[in-house]
Amino acid sequence: MGKALSCERVTVKYEAKYAVRDVGFEIDAGDYLCIVGENGSGKSTLMKALLGLVPLHDGRVRYDGFGRNEIGYLAQRTVVRKDFPANVMEVVLSGRMGRHGIMPFYSGRDKEAARENLGLLGASRLAAKSYRELSGGQQQRVLLARALCAAEKILFLDEPVTGLDPLMTAEFYGILSDLNARGVAVVMISHDVESAVHYGNKILHMKTAPLFFGTVSDYLKSEAGRTLLNAKRGVAVDPLADRAGTEVFHV
Amino acid sequence: MFDLFRELFSYDFILRAMIVGILVALCAALLGVSLVLKRYSMIGDGLSHVGFGTLAIAMSLGLAPLQVSIPLVLLAAFLLLRISENSKIKGDAAIALISSSALAIGVIVISLTTGLNADVCNYMFGSILAMKQGDLYVSVIVAGVVLVLYILFYNKIFAVTFDEQFAGATGTRTGLYNMLIAFLTALIIVVGMRMMGAMLISSLIIFPSLSSMRIFGSFKRVVICSAILSVLCFFVGLVVSFVLDTPAGASIVIANLAAFCLFALIGFARGRVLLGTAEDKSSDEAA
Ligand SMILES: Nc1ncnc2c1ncn2[C@@H]1O[C@H](COP(=O)(O)OP(=O)(O)OP(=O)(O)O)[C@@H](O)[C@H]1O
Ligand SMILES: [Mg+2]
Repeated sequence: MGKALSCERVTVKYEAKYAVRDVGFEIDAGDYLCIVGENGSGKSTLMKALLGLVPLHDGRVRYDGFGRNEIGYLAQRTVVRKDFPANVMEVVLSGRMGRHGIMPFYSGRDKEAARENLGLLGASRLAAKSYRELSGGQQQRVLLARALCAAEKILFLDEPVTGLDPLMTAEFYGILSDLNARGVAVVMISHDVESAVHYGNKILHMKTAPLFFGTVSDYLKSEAGRTLLNAKRGVAVDPLADRAGTEVFHV
Repeated sequence: MFDLFRELFSYDFILRAMIVGILVALCAALLGVSLVLKRYSMIGDGLSHVGFGTLAIAMSLGLAPLQVSIPLVLLAAFLLLRISENSKIKGDAAIALISSSALAIGVIVISLTTGLNADVCNYMFGSILAMKQGDLYVSVIVAGVVLVLYILFYNKIFAVTFDEQFAGATGTRTGLYNMLIAFLTALIIVVGMRMMGAMLISSLIIFPSLSSMRIFGSFKRVVICSAILSVLCFFVGLVVSFVLDTPAGASIVIANLAAFCLFALIGFARGRVLLGTAEDKSSDEAA
């Protein structure tokens, strides 16, 4: 497997404050990287930096063997006006945009792919509904379907299971594994450490600077990994009930 | 009724105004959907005021209005977009400053040269008599360009309007499409301004999409409904202004207002969205 993504000395500052400092790692085309770390440790900012959504203060990011239009992305929070008129199909289809280049309109193949991905997320019934009328979890499913539509070579997910019910969460991890097995690299931010070490093959533990980067088995032996997993077992009863902001990790 | 229309269309200037107006109303409504949803409505307002300033300067220098206005307003569009992209909150205030300054400059220039006369009033509040044969050609060309670009880039415009972050992350050049929207808006404002009036043209951009959003829940339907509604309101407003002898621009705005009330009522009755575009809470501080 060739390199998919490499970065060096990635540093992002908000005003005078470092949000991400000196992050460097490489992932291969078949990798499944989970990024963990406490709230405010710079995970989302790092992901945005990798995607070119925030300016780098220093460092560089390189994609190998594919273009920006082969990336899927789910943000931690998607900023949509509460009354935005868009139906689910329109939203999911917009995930296929990158494949078009200058072609202005969607093809039948695009619509099929959109329907397929909605189906995977158990949201086929929602296709004709208006996005603004969906529940939070339903909206999350739709945005995940859009991200899947866009993910040709690599998929970036920022806390993807937030708001999903336990059944869907388990199913979604399955979908990700299948996708990963087909050669799509996955980069996922998660507070669900147990699933992260279960499904992922590499871990990046952030605390503004990286505390740990390496394979899962090395992580389990590391100081950072042991502390986090122990804290996790002590605090959370149900790993699936995990939400951003509902618990604090002590690392 | 029939006689009324025959009489209406027997005037050359009304026919011209009709053609230009319908094209402008159509394009303004299309662009308006994105402007309103992206919270760029202020840009439309700012551009029309800058447009007034440039018209005033052109008039006092004895230059052709469109040739002076189009490049200057395009430049303003570029600046206003930059301002509102960079800092959301201060951006609003900066745009308000620019637009009132442009207005003030226009008024001063006029009062120092030609004096505040009926022409100025026409620029402010519009006049269908302002449409000359040459304007007709320019409008048709501009409207054609706007329509073609809008249709070609419709899906990209949707993506950039709905979720700029995702679009940017997945390889769509969001800056380019934002600029496209701003430039097309600038063109339409310059062309439509003299008929609708600098003070009133932005309503042509905002009203139809706000009305359509009361009822429809898909982007495509909102776009189509806005376009139809806008043309309809323009037509009704113009006919009413002819019959009651009221100013055209204001009558068209009133027609749009009536349509908005009607749509809001229907929307309310159907229990879709509550009236008022409440700021969405989740849009603050994106992580
Ligand atoms: N837009 C912003 N402006 C200023 N500071 C920011 C901004 N976004 C994030 N920060 C700061 O950068 C740091 C890292 O934030 P980031 O969102 O990357 O954390 P995170 O690891 O994703 O946290 P969480 O687990 O809560 O999602 C935080 O200290 C935060 O206060
Ligand atoms: Mg985060």
